[in-house]
Amino acid sequence: MNPAINSALNSGMAPVATPWFFYALAGLAVASGMAVITRRNAVHSALALIVTLLSVAGLYLMLYAPFVAGVQIIVYAGGIMVLFLFVIMLVNLDRSSKERQFNRMWPVGLAAACALLALFVSVIVKGKALFPDRGMTLPESSNTQQVAAMLYGEAGRMGQYTFAFEIASLLLLVAILGAVIMTKKKI
Amino acid sequence: MVPITTLHYLVVAAALFVLGVIGVLTRRNVVIVLMSIELILNAVNLNLVAFSRMWGYLHGQLFAIFIVVDAAAEAAVGLGILIAFFRNKETINVDEIDLLKW
Repeated sequence: MNPAINSALNSGMAPVATPWFFYALAGLAVASGMAVITRRNAVHSALALIVTLLSVAGLYLMLYAPFVAGVQIIVYAGGIMVLFLFVIMLVNLDRSSKERQFNRMWPVGLAAACALLALFVSVIVKGKALFPDRGMTLPESSNTQQVAAMLYGEAGRMGQYTFAFEIASLLLLVAILGAVIMTKKKI
Repeated sequence: MVPITTLHYLVVAAALFVLGVIGVLTRRNVVIVLMSIELILNAVNLNLVAFSRMWGYLHGQLFAIFIVVDAAAEAAVGLGILIAFFRNKETINVDEIDLLKW
């Protein structure tokens, strides 16, 4: 890597207007997350979820994780959401958008979720000291290279996550088989 | 303007997680329940990447990538089951999917 770029990265070159970008992306993510769980039409929910995924990808970029951001956009917004939209087209939703949207136990579910929120708030308030303000500046320009070295190994040696990577490919194979067999006409 | 710290990201992730839990526990439409699970997984991913930056190690990002793989597998199998069920029962409401109840 160019040493000038490296020293500029390590000296903590502050990006311009970072807080505003953070608040905009976080607000967009939470607002469209609310839209996901409240919309009547499932297609609208899916589109709102795409907005959430893209703003979370923006947050990854702010955290110096460009590879994870790319994976988020390509796999989530590009792959999984297309799958969701196809299934929404396959199952007939005209009827279900006219009927009740929340199940009969929704007050219990909402209370449980509020209890979870209270737990999170107490953890974040009481454990503030556990999360130091400093942020390590990860070398952004070689991020993909380092991720690849950990996944595939480098210089002929296995990486730390090579075995987990192979297991993940096996998991995907099983998922493909499961999805194909599930959608056959006669199981 | 306060600088953005790890805590800010944790608050956003907690909000997304709780939204996902509300969606899973209250909605009737199975497709939206599955989308809420994706919200939950995204909240966890955001936490992992934020901690990865806090400590300066890449392991959190690796975990985030594996969770994305897991989410893809889960969505494929879940939607496959949903299609098989819709073909048999003509419904996609969770409270009408009660074949194994009692």
